[in-house]
Amino acid sequence: MQTTSDEVLIGRIANGDRLAMQVLFARHHVAVYRFVLRMVRNDATAEDVISDVFLDVWRQAGSFAGRSAVSTWLLSIARFKALSALRRRPEAELDEEMAEAIEDHADDPEVALAKKDKGAALRQCLTKLSTEHREIVDLVYYHEKSVEEVAAIVGIPEATVKTRMFYARKKLSELLKERGIDRGWP
Amino acid sequence: MNTVNERQRDDIEELLPWHAAGTLDHRDMQRVESALAADPELARRYEMVREELAQTIHLNETLGAPSPRAMAALFAKIDAEPARRPRLSAVLMARIGEFFAALSPRTLAWSATAAALAIVLQAGLIAGVLLGEKSPSGYETASAPANVGGPGAYVLIRFQPQANAAAIDHFLETNKLSIVGGPSAGGLYRVRVAAVKLPSDDVDRIVRTLQTDKVVAFIAVSE
Repeated sequence: MQTTSDEVLIGRIANGDRLAMQVLFARHHVAVYRFVLRMVRNDATAEDVISDVFLDVWRQAGSFAGRSAVSTWLLSIARFKALSALRRRPEAELDEEMAEAIEDHADDPEVALAKKDKGAALRQCLTKLSTEHREIVDLVYYHEKSVEEVAAIVGIPEATVKTRMFYARKKLSELLKERGIDRGWP
Repeated sequence: MNTVNERQRDDIEELLPWHAAGTLDHRDMQRVESALAADPELARRYEMVREELAQTIHLNETLGAPSPRAMAALFAKIDAEPARRPRLSAVLMARIGEFFAALSPRTLAWSATAAALAIVLQAGLIAGVLLGEKSPSGYETASAPANVGGPGAYVLIRFQPQANAAAIDHFLETNKLSIVGGPSAGGLYRVRVAAVKLPSDDVDRIVRTLQTDKVVAFIAVSE
């Protein structure tokens, strides 16, 4: 079965085709939502952001130049909107998040369990990365974006993409070590 | 380090996440695979990358999906937007995109062959015109009579098969061009480059400029 390409859908959306918009939304909204949620860490905010993202698509479909994949375009709009939402977030909320990020990692029952389950520990550490590191890890591992695509989404040179990913992974190892799991790297 | 020097290992190590995700190009993929086969320490680190990949997917998959509220909010906003009139170029480009997307690989292969033949024919005809060897009846494309589009300056363009609709649309808009006819056999479109007739030197200059665009596979002046 042949499915309509994202580029064709964008062409139809540019002409005001509401059904094409529904198809594009159905196809991409979960991935965009998860990308945004990992950045803003709030369900309601993430939902607001994704409806804004797709509204931008509705308005700007006619100017989509096709230089990148539609999913890459969506994620770059989503990133911009998520960062704007983070900037609007009240200071108190940010302080709370900061405190959570630097909490004492003594061996509470959760951490003790994590030591037994390396996968669970890794997932915990993935949530503790900075926004900058979280987004690059997600883009590469979950959203399957190439070096070039990540550079386009984040707006940094390709060489910086590689080094940022390297340092994000290094930070991940350090966080694991704090939880008693030494990977022998870096 | 036994087999790969430090610098090479650093370069390769930076690529491991993309290798695990399957997003490297063929050349880099082969570089990484050769290095992994020759360097056990690098292979050990690659296993860490694969663990990270698996757990990142696991983590994201547990995040759930947005509620129907997100879609309702979106379409409420869309409904509140002013109605828009479809742009002619966008309609045309969408149709071109859908036409190419619907072709099977075999059909595309035959089309490419037909296009190649058309180019040879076109080149011969252009050469004939340049040498002043005008055929008794004159030349016109089978599906696009020379007078299509009214007065103005015209060219014939065949777009690159891999050029998508949005890229072609962008090319037409940027250069203020309008498709007035086609596609004829071989995928040639008759395109207006100016609303008034231009001296042949000016049209030649426009052709030279347009043929540098990556979406253009073939371009020639049309009478």
